[in-house]
Amino acid sequence: MTVRKNQATLTSDEKRRFVAALLELKRNGRYDEFVRTHNQFIMADTDSGERTGHRSPSFLPWHRRFLLDFEQALQSVDSSVTLPYWDWSTDRTVRASLWAPDFLGGTGRSSDGRVMDGPFAASAGNWPINVRVDGRTFLRRSLGTSVRELPTPAEVDSVLSMATYDMAPYNSASDGFRNHLEGWRGVNLHNRVHVWVGGQMATGVSPNDPVFWLHHAYIDKLWAEWQRRHPGAGYVPTAGTPDVVDLNDTMKPWNDVRPADLLDHTKHYTFDV
Amino acid sequence: MPDITRRRALTAAAAVAATASAVALAGPAASAAPAAGHHDHTAPGSFDEVYKGRRIQGGPASGGGHHHEHGGGYEVLVDGVQLHVMRNADGTWISVVSHYDPVATPRAAARAAVDELQGAPLLPFPAN
Repeated sequence: MTVRKNQATLTSDEKRRFVAALLELKRNGRYDEFVRTHNQFIMADTDSGERTGHRSPSFLPWHRRFLLDFEQALQSVDSSVTLPYWDWSTDRTVRASLWAPDFLGGTGRSSDGRVMDGPFAASAGNWPINVRVDGRTFLRRSLGTSVRELPTPAEVDSVLSMATYDMAPYNSASDGFRNHLEGWRGVNLHNRVHVWVGGQMATGVSPNDPVFWLHHAYIDKLWAEWQRRHPGAGYVPTAGTPDVVDLNDTMKPWNDVRPADLLDHTKHYTFDV
Repeated sequence: MPDITRRRALTAAAAVAATASAVALAGPAASAAPAAGHHDHTAPGSFDEVYKGRRIQGGPASGGGHHHEHGGGYEVLVDGVQLHVMRNADGTWISVVSHYDPVATPRAAARAAVDELQGAPLLPFPAN
């Protein structure tokens, strides 16, 4: 059974195996397919039209399935690997072990944002940015410059306390848990973390930075925590909503999975705490 | 200022060459009304300026851009290359280069893209 662990607790061997699996998916081309899929949905999901991966109730189940696919790809390389999660409300500085050279490497240099150390640095030669929106082929980061502070535990708690999963018009203007977690409204959790990391993480091709998976694994965990706090509340809308994935509608690009199929993560994995 | 005029003319030519649909630079923005009736914000005006050495232009798309009309018919170029922009329900704007950080106007989104690009060329979308 897959157990997803807090990245801060990983052993050296667990970090090494996770990194090696990432590098293999990059080498064989499967990694970039995930980047491409993400950007296609980023550009196509709109507030007034069809919206599936973002700015809509299915933001959470869509990314849950996206991460499950990615975790399975990692496990096809090394069956011991699971997706770690990054609790950015706790490990909230550039000095966190997450950014050490033996894991994801650190922030980019000031002149052009290029990450200079760790396994994904351009100088290591194993992490070309192929699916990109500009001419730069190297991984970039600018930790804590566009926005200074990551969300605090109190801010996370304020969003987890919201009693309703989502509300009409089910887009970036909605009130409710999903949109406050996604970050288009209120204290802004998910979006702010993308901006805090900077570089490719601030763009539509954000999965180019491996931290994308650790960030979304934590977003996914927060969804599970919200479900535990609000056992009487559930995914909405349930039926008949134009342009939005209702509870029993299938989701693109898979077309064989519904939000209803993804509400219980324990069928697929558990968390360490 | 003949130098500036010449440079503008050259970049404008590059803009036309680089994109299927050029921005209508001088026209009023009235035609850029959002497709959906709700959240009908006032359409932003056109702009054409050099910011940090990059030419940024915005205005109503002059037809031909059937896909990716997520800016409500509004089009933004950076050095003649179309920047994928999107208008949020609250009237704010994002681009594919700064997707998670909404700003008030398409001009601000174009400037944010220039800041983020740090001199790198924008690639035509869709990415690869």
